[in-house]
Amino acid sequence: MNATTTRRSLLLAGAGALLVVRPAAATPEAMRAAIGRFAGGATPRDGRVQLTIAELVENGNTVPVEVTVDAPVDQVRRIALVTEHNPSPEVAVFTLGPLAGRAAVATRMRLATSGGVVALAQLADGSVWQQRVDVLVTLAACVEG
Amino acid sequence: MSVRALLHAPASARRGEVVEIRALIAHPMETGHRRDSEGRLLPRDLVRTLEARFDGELVFAAELHAAVAANPYLAFHLRLPASGLLTVRWAGDRGFAHAESVRIEAT
Repeated sequence: MNATTTRRSLLLAGAGALLVVRPAAATPEAMRAAIGRFAGGATPRDGRVQLTIAELVENGNTVPVEVTVDAPVDQVRRIALVTEHNPSPEVAVFTLGPLAGRAAVATRMRLATSGGVVALAQLADGSVWQQRVDVLVTLAACVEG
Repeated sequence: MSVRALLHAPASARRGEVVEIRALIAHPMETGHRRDSEGRLLPRDLVRTLEARFDGELVFAAELHAAVAANPYLAFHLRLPASGLLTVRWAGDRGFAHAESVRIEAT
């Protein structure tokens, strides 16, 4: 709570007029539920997914993230990114079409606090694979203010 | 309203070659969780989807949520089947819609 208060004060000092209100944060349970919705009954197994993200992030507003799946591109149906500590767990869901060239995607995401980021891949046989990376954020994304 | 967007792809590549496509669009990605100085909730204003098609056939699609950074950037790959037109369409809240196209020659 003290850390939050300090960060609020800093944000207010820095941003001036913006009122900072903290929304309900996604919990590990909410993230598990999001993973369950993506997996559609399959139990995600570790492996075959490579999530590339810095483990120490200075600016949570824009965090480069890359997901590569170790499978032939035509065997990969969907790729998803979820996280524990943003206001909602879903980040993005990607679908690979018939003309996709590689089972890989890169984007930039927000991280409101330090926590786990999970990349998931659903293959054509229905199996779901995952990798989790725990990220430490020193300046959180301004989802709050 | 003019929208600034960037769709980057090679002008030409060998038939069957895998090429990287990069798409960037200027957009605040307002989460719907923030409040203004009066305490009013700023309405959610997100780019919700991106769809890339090559002469009508799907290459890549994305469903974006509030945790995607402002000015959404996506990089993905196309296996070039022949010369043709790559079109990327973005759609979002408040009727947001934009498209960019680029022609790629197969050699």
